[in-house]
Amino acid sequence: MSETSSLPSAAPRRKLPFSVVVEPRLEETPKWLPVVVSLFAVVVALLIGALVLAFAGSDPWKSYAGIGKAAFGSWGQFSDTMVKAIPLMLVGLACSVAFRMRIWNIGAEGQFFIGAFFASSVVLIPILPGDTPRWLFILTMALAGIIGGALWGFIPGFLRAKFNVNEVITTLMLNYIAVAWNNFFIFAIWTEGGFQMSKMFPKNAWLPRLADMAAQVPFFRGMTTHLGLIFAIIAAAIVWFILYRSKWGYEIRLIGDNPRAAEYAGIPIKRNIIFVMMVSGALAGLAGMSEITGVVHRLQGSISPGYGFTGIIIAWLAKLNPFVVIIVSILFGALILAGREIQPSGIPKLIQGIILVCLIASDFLLRYRIRIIRRSEVE
Amino acid sequence: MDILVILQAGVASGTVLLFATLGGILNERSGVQNLGMEGMMLMGAVTAMLVTVNVGSPWLGILAGILAGGLLSLIHAFICITLQADQVVSGLALTFLGTGLSLVMGEGLSKAGAISLMPVITIPLLTKIPILGPVFFTNQSILVYLGYILTPLASYYIYKTRPGMHLRAVGEYPAAADALGISVYGLRYLYTFIGGLFAGLAGGTISLAISPGWFSDLTTAGQGWIAIGLIIFAQWDPMRGAMGAYMFGALRRLILDIQGPTRLFGLANPFYYNPYLGFFLQMIPYAFTIIVLIIGSQEANRKRLGTPAALNIPFIRGQRG
Repeated sequence: MSETSSLPSAAPRRKLPFSVVVEPRLEETPKWLPVVVSLFAVVVALLIGALVLAFAGSDPWKSYAGIGKAAFGSWGQFSDTMVKAIPLMLVGLACSVAFRMRIWNIGAEGQFFIGAFFASSVVLIPILPGDTPRWLFILTMALAGIIGGALWGFIPGFLRAKFNVNEVITTLMLNYIAVAWNNFFIFAIWTEGGFQMSKMFPKNAWLPRLADMAAQVPFFRGMTTHLGLIFAIIAAAIVWFILYRSKWGYEIRLIGDNPRAAEYAGIPIKRNIIFVMMVSGALAGLAGMSEITGVVHRLQGSISPGYGFTGIIIAWLAKLNPFVVIIVSILFGALILAGREIQPSGIPKLIQGIILVCLIASDFLLRYRIRIIRRSEVE
Repeated sequence: MDILVILQAGVASGTVLLFATLGGILNERSGVQNLGMEGMMLMGAVTAMLVTVNVGSPWLGILAGILAGGLLSLIHAFICITLQADQVVSGLALTFLGTGLSLVMGEGLSKAGAISLMPVITIPLLTKIPILGPVFFTNQSILVYLGYILTPLASYYIYKTRPGMHLRAVGEYPAAADALGISVYGLRYLYTFIGGLFAGLAGGTISLAISPGWFSDLTTAGQGWIAIGLIIFAQWDPMRGAMGAYMFGALRRLILDIQGPTRLFGLANPFYYNPYLGFFLQMIPYAFTIIVLIIGSQEANRKRLGTPAALNIPFIRGQRG
């Protein structure tokens, strides 16, 4: 790497009493820097979002305050935020695993739908009778969701490993196919009296909620946060362990950082691509299962406001750290929950986009430092 | 179900994919991949529609749509070329941004009612040619004819002209191009912008010609991503891109038409008697994209050429190319 910068826009300006110099960071970046830079990026993104809101004719500060209040105003509302955050956590983890190896799984949305489909089929085919004990129902449905998601992740993983097919496009195409597949079943096979939804699952197939314990703990009355939260936290711990404490995780990280070195080291890259895509798909499939059994309690069309895509942004904002994914998901859960009331309706999606753009742009500050040098110092 | 009607409509709907694919080919030939196609197309579609509704001229509308796609692509150019960020993630971000922005801009636009569209024309003499006449030169939007002109033009430009050679050099071996005094950053900015203009044109073609109107993010329904698949299938060659685009257009049309007749090949038409099977028909273009990608990738592996060598690799002047 050359010592001085040669970025196209970084030519020193002649007329000013100082010059702006962009130079690569040669030393290791301090630990706090990525956190500060990411927060800075989010703040900038929210400011840009405020401009857009103002331009669209609403009071940005009132809108932001409204989001905060609708999402965190009371314990009940916080519980609703968590309900939105649970699928985001699992999907964010799914993206983190794949992205760590620089495999671009954009198909979490489709894996979510197929996971939901597989989990529902346990009740709807039915694989288990309606009076099955609750623990067995939940276990079987979770497994089904995981298998469904893993299968949907296997396809692009296999195509990438075997034929070197770009996984970005295959995973995306499989999203559309998954949605059409689900639609066929809710319209044609499992329709409930002509409506585009299946029948309600029996109560034993519902994930336990906080509200179920209201008899013992009155505080929990009306709270819909469900067992999926525990799934997500356990999944985060497992993902963290795999990535940072296991030999396999070392392989994944090495392939992500330097595929050529990994190849020379004899790490089976193709096999890892398939496995990582399957793990990623399994996590997204589990998200679909937890949404179906914890919130909707039936299979229907509109089970995701784009969770799979928001997961990509969450993974990136969390710098692929599993535990940070959990925290970031809560913030995006708030945006999705409260965003339903913001007009025009595209605003939450737009703010998500702005956040991701600012985040990627801000990574520059991690690799380069910008210094302002007064002219007198140079001469 | 008339085969000529399907082909004619296929050429029309393939034109959308054609513009997006051509833009993507020019874009990627310079070494920058833009996965934000879907977002740029949506921006093009909504802007073209908005301007047409408010000004009344589809010509100004399509121009505005083209420009909107180009402007959005500049964000991608800045992030990938100047800030050297990952092109895949930046492209995804652009899709989110473009989708969100177009949804905000298109609020209430679906109720706009009838608008004036791009003119539909028939070419006097050429329409008489058997088969080709009715398919290519009869009752087509003027934008479809633009596609016939732009495809060979792009091909000629890339392979036979000096700027085209510079374009290829920047995408294959930027360090060598730089040594020859070609501005790598400048050209990459330029072609990313051009790719955006084409994507905007593709979007405007949807909302002002092929399937007029604004249907939120269903307006494109993943066509931007199909186009990115087509670029790989086309091996970055405009003529092959056109072939793929028209093929996909015909396929899309066939899927719509196949549900109409009561009998198919002398048998009862299952798609007529069970309309729910239509969901499987809906999957076909997406499944077909995957198949086409497998073919394209196999070919690229075998021939060891096609993919611009510097695609997706940021150029840092002074660093080993």
